[in-house]
Amino acid sequence: MKHSFLDKYSDRDSLVHRLDPRTKLVAVFLFILAVALTSPAMWPGFAVYFVIIAALVLLSHVPVRYVLKRSLVIIPFVVLIAVFIPFFKEGEVAGSYNIWLWQVSVTHNGLQVFWNVLAKAWLSILALVTLTATTKITDLLRGLEQLRLPRVMVMILSFMYRYIFVLTDEVMRMKQARDSRNFGSGRRLWQIKTVGSMTGTLFIRSYERGERVYAAMLARGYDGQTRTPDGPGFRAADMVFGLGFGAAVVLTCIFSFLYQVI
Amino acid sequence: MMDEVIRIENLSYAYPDGQPALSGIDLAVSRGESVALIGPNGAGKSTLLLHLNGILHTDGRVRVFGQPVGEENLKEVRRRIGLVFQNPDDQLFSATVFDDVAFGPINLGYSGEDVRRAVADALEMVGMSGYGTRSSHHLSLGEKKRSAIATILSMSPEVIVLDEPTSNLDPRGKWRLIQLLKKLPATRIIATHDLELVAELCGRVIVLDEPTSNLDPRGSGG
Repeated sequence: MKHSFLDKYSDRDSLVHRLDPRTKLVAVFLFILAVALTSPAMWPGFAVYFVIIAALVLLSHVPVRYVLKRSLVIIPFVVLIAVFIPFFKEGEVAGSYNIWLWQVSVTHNGLQVFWNVLAKAWLSILALVTLTATTKITDLLRGLEQLRLPRVMVMILSFMYRYIFVLTDEVMRMKQARDSRNFGSGRRLWQIKTVGSMTGTLFIRSYERGERVYAAMLARGYDGQTRTPDGPGFRAADMVFGLGFGAAVVLTCIFSFLYQVI
Repeated sequence: MMDEVIRIENLSYAYPDGQPALSGIDLAVSRGESVALIGPNGAGKSTLLLHLNGILHTDGRVRVFGQPVGEENLKEVRRRIGLVFQNPDDQLFSATVFDDVAFGPINLGYSGEDVRRAVADALEMVGMSGYGTRSSHHLSLGEKKRSAIATILSMSPEVIVLDEPTSNLDPRGKWRLIQLLKKLPATRIIATHDLELVAELCGRVIVLDEPTSNLDPRGSGG
């Protein structure tokens, strides 16, 4: 079975695509850090961040629709976590409701924090989506490794990327085999049991696959140490982009901070 | 005595649950031979292959290039005896074909330049040049099987051990693989159910039946 690539559009060519993965990784990390450190009251700061990331998306020739769609995935999670903030944050009351026995009040301060959490999460995920849409996963892994992320972590990520589709295929085949035998007509409890044992089977199969993969690694001289050959270099364009992007993001962060203090 | 690459004497093995998998295996393989290992499912073919490069412990009953396989020479044994597993999804575990083919040479401590040359040569040999940057998940089964063989060839092994190399391939893919295996300059040991492959490639056939018996007229090394 064929699946879409996780890193769709990463094989296109643009200024952003051609950057060294290390540059992009550091830039995204810096961006997220700056966004997180900016005070909730500083809306102009967030506007500048948005303009920066929007400019990058346009530069990268990745369809805007795709980036937006991908970025919305995070929203339900954030809302679920942040939805209670307006009710618990203390401050000036914006509205008060009676729900049966309870009196619930929403504060201005709380609302501000709520929107801010949403905005920060969305900006960060936009940056990450742009990163993965313009960089091949393999380059990303190599970049992480060159940035001295522990090899074990890089290997785990690489295995995940390699086997996520193999596992999806396995689940789909099991599902097809199950549905071919008229699954869904029995009692509810029986159905749940079937799904449970399928999950168990998947775990066992994955475990056994792990053993076979390990044997295949041993057969090629693996001795517990991971090694990699040296990769490509760092170019002038990376320098220019890194400095430019870094300056824009850091300055925005510092100005918002100063503005608030003064 | 001919130049002997593998000698197995009275090898037995039981699965962790106690069920016997191999019992009293005797086998000798000389350099340059092409040996087929046939037998029903569950006869222990794959288990036997796992002993050849020390993945399963052998208690000195398996001798490779005259030396018993043990902890101290595992690395050497695994370089000289390349084992290709049946399922390429187990053999190809890296994000790209290049990384997989490079895995062996890197573990052997080759330099960056040597790794690249070994990978290029191995991919060339299996007709997969230019596939280095591809992700193995998106290859066809035939391409996966050939890449899996390349991951072994990049270490320049003297013996190539294959577990059902043609299983699940369509006839064209199968014949292409057979032609490929024919060209490889190494001793071959092939576990298979494919008798066409055996007829085409192998000068000698070992039948491995239920764990109680095995049939190798030359088992005593003659």
